[in-house]
Amino acid sequence: MPSYVITEKCDGCKAQDKTACQYICPHDLMTLDREKMKAYNQEPEQCWECYNCVKICPQQAIEVRGYADYIPLGGSVYPMRGTDSIMWTIKFRNGVLKRFKFPIRLTAEGSIDPYKGAPEPDYSKIKQPGYFNYEAKKA
Amino acid sequence: MEKETCTFSYCEKPPVVEHETDFLIIGGGMAACGAAYEATAWANPKKIRITMVDKAATDRSGAVAMGLSAINTYMGGNKIEDYVKYVRNDLMGIIREDLVFDLGRHVDDSVHKFEEWGLPIWKKGDDGFSLDGFQARDAGKPMLKDCKDDAERESVVVRSGKWQIMINGESYKVIVAEAAKKALEANRQATGVAQNHFERVFITRLLLDANNPNTIAGAIGFSTRENKVYVFRAKAILLVPGGCVNVFRPRSVGEGMGRTWFPVWNSGSGYAMGAIAGAELVQMENRFVPARFKDGYGPVGAWFLFFKAKATDSNGDDYCANQEYIAEAKKRYGKYVDIMGTTIRNHLMMEAMIRGKAPIWMHTDKAMAAIGQLFKEKLGEKEGAKKLKHLEAEAWEDFLDMTIGQAGMWAANNIEPDKYPSEIIPSEPYFLGSHAGCAGFWVSGPGDIPGAPAHWSWGYNRMSTVNGLFMAGDTCGASGHKFSSGSHAEGRIAGKAAIAYILDHMDFKPTIKEKIDDLVAEIYLPFEIYEKYKTYTTSPNHINVNPYFIKPDQFQKRLMKISDEYFGGVGTWFKTSATMIQEGLRRLQLLKEDANKLAASNLHELLRCWENYHRVITAEAHARSILFREESRYPGYYYRADKDFIDDDNWKCFTIAKYDAEKDEWTLRKEPYVQLFQ
Repeated sequence: MPSYVITEKCDGCKAQDKTACQYICPHDLMTLDREKMKAYNQEPEQCWECYNCVKICPQQAIEVRGYADYIPLGGSVYPMRGTDSIMWTIKFRNGVLKRFKFPIRLTAEGSIDPYKGAPEPDYSKIKQPGYFNYEAKKA
Repeated sequence: MEKETCTFSYCEKPPVVEHETDFLIIGGGMAACGAAYEATAWANPKKIRITMVDKAATDRSGAVAMGLSAINTYMGGNKIEDYVKYVRNDLMGIIREDLVFDLGRHVDDSVHKFEEWGLPIWKKGDDGFSLDGFQARDAGKPMLKDCKDDAERESVVVRSGKWQIMINGESYKVIVAEAAKKALEANRQATGVAQNHFERVFITRLLLDANNPNTIAGAIGFSTRENKVYVFRAKAILLVPGGCVNVFRPRSVGEGMGRTWFPVWNSGSGYAMGAIAGAELVQMENRFVPARFKDGYGPVGAWFLFFKAKATDSNGDDYCANQEYIAEAKKRYGKYVDIMGTTIRNHLMMEAMIRGKAPIWMHTDKAMAAIGQLFKEKLGEKEGAKKLKHLEAEAWEDFLDMTIGQAGMWAANNIEPDKYPSEIIPSEPYFLGSHAGCAGFWVSGPGDIPGAPAHWSWGYNRMSTVNGLFMAGDTCGASGHKFSSGSHAEGRIAGKAAIAYILDHMDFKPTIKEKIDDLVAEIYLPFEIYEKYKTYTTSPNHINVNPYFIKPDQFQKRLMKISDEYFGGVGTWFKTSATMIQEGLRRLQLLKEDANKLAASNLHELLRCWENYHRVITAEAHARSILFREESRYPGYYYRADKDFIDDDNWKCFTIAKYDAEKDEWTLRKEPYVQLFQ
């Protein structure tokens, strides 16, 4: 299901410090046509349909069209990702619509304090089982 | 054929950025993030510098980039010994039990941390039904870290199987990455280093020390965003760039080539770079062929385990209970058939398929109907229908959290899972050490597990046979079924051990053996070749018929064809033989030579050139290992048709493969298996 960019909606993230889809794609697929200032998927046959470009696009300009190999036309799956939950809209080829909302996170974005209340590491145990904050189970 | 070299006569020489660090983490996935978190805690008071280099953006890199709907390794109230037995059974009797036990005794802390950092974990409601992360919080269910003991933890989680717990995992990786990035930030503050997190830098090879034999000194790679080469010097390295996908021709060969089961960006870079550096590999004959929903490759685990769905052949018969197939299989694979692990279930599925009983159906409809009935009986018509609606959402979430394309597949085919069954099929082969596979490197164990041979530990947990080079997740071999949580946990184990190694070698000054200029020329050779020959033919860049070079996509297709036809891919029903492997290796050798003619017109293609070179080395390690092992240890994943049996007398052992990059020679040997847990 390669992603595609809707020409009218994409503004090349010109108001942002970087092109969001290009920044996030795990497989280096999204790229910016600097003449047109529009993004596109440069290698759709390498797309894993992870939807990270779709989720991150500030213009909602990116969608996914099912792989030409085996997906009939007409269906769609579209997310709206918020800060604590995600909404999915699934449209069937025959028009059936389904909507789901799921939690994604219980803390505020950026709020993680990974060493809060953590003990100082005990270097006498650095070659023994266990972590700096955790004693390994025995059985 | 003349060998090509890069003298920067046609392409521009890139600037070289040299970065000095102590502990270098190559990769950005679960293992890498775990390592950054644990290592920082030990490194900061000693001002040890940590650097992470990721080819993608760490928020969404690695195998968990899309998300996950379950954490597959959580001990809770289970015995760790039972975890070892489960892993051993599923991997056909040959695992490093010391490594697996070690992982099991650590993994729960990583899961507790994920929840503390914000990952929603399902909890059991007072009525016995599952609550999602929000509902559990609102109902005042305790966090796992706050439970009084493992018995309480076991009673609050929602198990889909003995080892699996359900989560709302769309943002799983984002959360884990945030903690890792905060750790790296804390390390910058402690050491005064300006930058220690490099995204969009692809490492092409590891570098050995000039003064100490068999000792790691650094790594080199390039930016995929600007013309820059990076040289990292480090006292210790954790090599965790994931497993390997698309060595074998996938079932979809057009636009759908990217819809692999394991993420398509797993390019075998860990296996290849570690092998070239001289680290010993183990169980590289192991591959994983997951049986998944056909084409979309949506997960089946929750359907089997949580929704209790059954898979049958087209006659409605359970192929795993077919006495004829089982009797036939027992003649060849003996007692392993009784265990009925993943390999054997694949084998039995294919037995049905080749007898004309395909498609194989996952009866999602019947499973949902049975649960619906149960709900109505328990809760009455109205409340039962409400719970069923929640269950339907859970079924869709299983896909939407981790294989969104499968939801698209259903939508486009008008398949509502409560109304129609879905087809399942064995996919193409994958290499990995974290999921239900055990390819990877031979590493030092923890050293304190009774019965483990002394020579299985050489001082530092998860260190490979190259000094200072550590492995975890997909690169740590003979120890699968770690999954996401276990990879994080193992990254932590390795990260801690790497700091111990650094503390013992504080005076070590890594010195790169090779000349940096030569290494830079090697990396940019595909640019030089492209610029030199691009005007020789009239072919535009997207067509590329040119006798002087090969583009990375063409190169990969040749690799896939060789692997599929000679090493037992889907095209031969996973069957191969010594003679076929030998012919495949001859062809692979020529492909390896042609890597010298790889051409790139931009940085994206340069990335693909190097990824595919790594795939070729991974493929060779696999082919040589399945040639060496004269039996069919993993039926359902591959068959040596000339040795189609399991031979415990001769082959209940590890196979160790070592590559000598200078001579381009492989050596293989047996290492005795030792059972530590009865």
